[in-house]
Amino acid sequence: MKLVETAEQAKQDPSYLKAVTELIYQLADDDFIISFRGSEWLGLAPHIEEDVAYSSITQNTMGHAVMFYELLEQLGEGKADVLAHERQPKDRKNGCYLEKRNGEGAYHGEPYFDWALAVVRNYFYETFKQIKLEAISDGSYKPLANVAKKALMEQTYHLAHWKMWMKQLQKSTDEAQERMELRIVEAWDEFGDVLELGDCAEDMQRHAIITSSEELKGKWLQEVTNTITNVPNKPLKQIYGNGRNGEHTVDLEQALETFAEVYNSDKTAIW
Amino acid sequence: MFRERGINEIHSVLKKVDDPELPSVSVLDLGMVHDIHLVGNNVFITMVPTFAGCPALEIIESNVKQAVEDVSWVKVCDVQFTFDYQWSTEAITEHGKNQLKKHGISPPPENYHQGDEWTVECPFCGSDYTSMENVFGPTACRSILYCSACRNPFEAMKPVVSYSKS
Repeated sequence: MKLVETAEQAKQDPSYLKAVTELIYQLADDDFIISFRGSEWLGLAPHIEEDVAYSSITQNTMGHAVMFYELLEQLGEGKADVLAHERQPKDRKNGCYLEKRNGEGAYHGEPYFDWALAVVRNYFYETFKQIKLEAISDGSYKPLANVAKKALMEQTYHLAHWKMWMKQLQKSTDEAQERMELRIVEAWDEFGDVLELGDCAEDMQRHAIITSSEELKGKWLQEVTNTITNVPNKPLKQIYGNGRNGEHTVDLEQALETFAEVYNSDKTAIW
Repeated sequence: MFRERGINEIHSVLKKVDDPELPSVSVLDLGMVHDIHLVGNNVFITMVPTFAGCPALEIIESNVKQAVEDVSWVKVCDVQFTFDYQWSTEAITEHGKNQLKKHGISPPPENYHQGDEWTVECPFCGSDYTSMENVFGPTACRSILYCSACRNPFEAMKPVVSYSKS
């Protein structure tokens, strides 16, 4: 495997550049949107310790998104702040399930959010992120492999946290079990595109930036089915479309509008 | 000769640049300074961030720059954070660990391997009759614990080490 040490070196090969840029957009946008949804739980988590834990995880994850946007900046995609705030939904590469609202209502209103959704979504996502980062840390793009190694040092704590919730709630009261099962069955129809690597998947693998999406998906299924009490007996689907191709729901528009509200009010402000 | 003296001088300056949340614990003792490089009267400092999402990084960067530029012979100080090297809690110096205890924060365990269990001694009474209340604390790098011996809540730096595949 030939290592690509710098952004400048990556820019020499258009096909390499395209593949690595595409992958980093997916990583950045996934982390960005799931931490936005996580931040909407601030002050609403089931108990105060969880509030501290979830917001800490969310802050780290947003930090990971920043590292990925900065890698894109080095690759000539524009300023990290602009990439996070100004891109239209059609240009976003995150999986659709990750942009889904936290439940009924809104943060500034009556937030009837669903904790079962938070647990299932974060567990499914963090499990896949772990597997993906492990593959990337052995990959050919050195700056990305280094960032993956950095993220992995923190990722262990995140994944352990959500796995604990999964295990405990699935063994808890009848109501808890029912609500968890409902969200697991729902996720089975909606999580599919998160596991995809999009149109450049073959090039990503050819350039040894990451392994094949089949391998990643296989590892994810193995881990997740070990933790779920009743594994849904149906294939994984992506009923909202494929976020890797820029297909998204209105929930993403709502998220971006809220997220960028202050930024859009004065784009030249210095923080 | 001048070069060596210069680097030593910058070194002593960095011993006095503290973590914004932990007065008396310097960025040097936290193991965040990777390299000090001189080119003429310009100083280039490479630092490794502790946690990726730590909001204090920008403050630390500007505090380091300010402190070094206050040295009379320094023209410009450039501070860069790098991900080429991973910070780990192993990088905290003995002095740093002692200073942390004074803040009621237990230092991270030594020779820790990811996934291992670890014991935390109370920074106040030294007992290991303690329990973890929350692995996530008030900042990304700290956990919340309770000492059953002296009945004090306290914090601990959570161990963060290089990822190794299991």
